[in-house]
Amino acid sequence: VLHTTRQLHTTQQSLAPVPPLPEKGGEVRHGLIPEEFFQFLYPKTGVTGPYMLGTGLLLYLLSKEIYVINHETVAAVCILTVLVYGIKKFGADVAAFADKLNEEKVTTALAMKNEAIQALQTAIEEEKKEQWRVEGRSYLFDAKRNNIAMLLETNYRERLLTVYNEVKKRLDYQVAMQNLKRQKEQDYMIQWVEKNVVQSITPQQQKESIAKCILDLKALSKSAHAAV
Amino acid sequence: GPLSERPLMEVRLGELHTWISTCTFSPQGLLGAVQKAWSSYCAKYIHVRRGGPAGISMLLAGYCLLSYGWNYQHFSKTSLEPPI
Repeated sequence: VLHTTRQLHTTQQSLAPVPPLPEKGGEVRHGLIPEEFFQFLYPKTGVTGPYMLGTGLLLYLLSKEIYVINHETVAAVCILTVLVYGIKKFGADVAAFADKLNEEKVTTALAMKNEAIQALQTAIEEEKKEQWRVEGRSYLFDAKRNNIAMLLETNYRERLLTVYNEVKKRLDYQVAMQNLKRQKEQDYMIQWVEKNVVQSITPQQQKESIAKCILDLKALSKSAHAAV
Repeated sequence: GPLSERPLMEVRLGELHTWISTCTFSPQGLLGAVQKAWSSYCAKYIHVRRGGPAGISMLLAGYCLLSYGWNYQHFSKTSLEPPI
């Protein structure tokens, strides 16, 4: 059961960004005693107060045998000497090495972050370009519309031409038919007339015409003789 | 601020017993106090960028003192043996 009247996020808590680590830790003197102790005693006892306190405490512990000196004391002293010597000599190098490791980790993380930011920025620019391209949609559609209109026009004109050609062909056919018919009629008529004429020339007419031609020729030859 | 909610370092010596009377001595309260103390110690001396030997050395010194205190009976008994 979910109580819908309860508010879910009541505080402004957020886990990121994490605040960075402090640069240096709390001040510690001689590696063992925090600085706050010295500051705590400074107003009353000055600078040497804590040291006097330490010396007095040490002498009291030794004299009352609250701290007994046995073989473990010697071992502790030797260990402490070696430790202090080691830290003093190799401390800086170890610190530099650790810092270098940290630096590498930080640089890789930073590089990844920068790469991610870069990728997102290029994505943003691409998106903006796409949005700009969208504005040109109307021009694209106008061009397409023009193309289609052109195609339709071309098609229409082609068909018009086809129609014209077909009609012309049919009309030419009719004209050619008429011409042919008239020509055939003409030829046939001429032939018929010639045949009839040839048939009408009887043999008697032929003789007469030949005799007339001979008479004519004689007359002509006489006139020609006379002329010469 | 109010006395009951101040951390220990800001309580004056005269108000110490009143401050002790205000804190809860239940298991959860004690556990919470221990956890708070440990996390504040870590944040101050260990989780820093350029720490030194101070953070761990104080823990080791505290451990030495604690173990000496626990074994004091044993130390004091062996010190009373007669020398050879």
